[in-house]
Amino acid sequence: MSAEIAVEAAQNAVQATSNTNMVVGLTIALGSLAPAAAIGLIVSKALEAIGRNPEAASKVQTVMILGVAFAEAIAIYSLVVALILKFV
Amino acid sequence: MASLHISISAEPIFYLGELGFTSSMLVSLLTTLFLLIIGYQFFRSQKKTSNLNLIIQALIESLYEFAQTITPHKAGKFLPIFATIFLFVMFASWAGLLPGVETIWVNNGQKLVPLLRGGTADLNITLGTAIVAVAMVQIFGVDSLGIKYFKKFINFSNPINFFVGLLELISEFAKIMSFSFRLFGNIFAGEVLLVVIAFLLPILGPLPFIGLELFVGFIQALVFATLTLVFVNIATSDSH
Repeated sequence: MSAEIAVEAAQNAVQATSNTNMVVGLTIALGSLAPAAAIGLIVSKALEAIGRNPEAASKVQTVMILGVAFAEAIAIYSLVVALILKFV
Repeated sequence: MASLHISISAEPIFYLGELGFTSSMLVSLLTTLFLLIIGYQFFRSQKKTSNLNLIIQALIESLYEFAQTITPHKAGKFLPIFATIFLFVMFASWAGLLPGVETIWVNNGQKLVPLLRGGTADLNITLGTAIVAVAMVQIFGVDSLGIKYFKKFINFSNPINFFVGLLELISEFAKIMSFSFRLFGNIFAGEVLLVVIAFLLPILGPLPFIGLELFVGFIQALVFATLTLVFVNIATSDSH
């Protein structure tokens, strides 16, 4: 009787572990969709601006790098959450 | 087969009472010492055209020109905080790529832990740097605008401005979190990547990823320092 309970507990633990892995994977996958789209939009607008006015290229580039860092930070937040779920 | 060792928090290498002195703190202390020694050599050198002097002059000049693209007139006043944050974050992040980091193990009284770990791969270090950066923004603001600087946050003229001020206050704390997590996430994810790749392809696998980490360390240092400079510029040039 106790052996059956122990087996069921172990099965639940295994189920919990594989659920954790799936949740971790989903966290980072879903959390990277919006930042990827955002970075694509930012860089495409920056390229348009540079094409329209090549003399302002370095100014546009500086602001673009800043914008990309802000957008990437959001993806990094979800990455940190995924890492915490996996390793803590 | 050996198992991977990945720990999200830097482990203490010895304890001072209840406080643990972590491996990342050791590496960031060594980075600070390295920067101080180079600065002292530059300060005390007799020959102004030795190799080290030329390198440091070129570095300071390029940092100054970069600061000038963001704050054309006050670059000299803000260069110290900009260059310090940039150099510290860059060298502390690059320190995580040296041989011996995370591979030399010591016994910290309870278990075996790595002796060295990338300086900015510890949330304590990045949080401290972020708090220093945001505190310097406030200090520069008060220094240029006097006590009127705080009118940005506490503004009773009308209800909308009151809520805008409240949002500005919350956004200062959001800046601290954003700075620290952006830097920590980038550098720690890079370390995890290197450990996993070294585990899968030990012989030549890590080579392009170490190159990627060099680039990421440089870019994150630049972003941290540039954002600090931008916020300082906004705080000191307020003329609504």
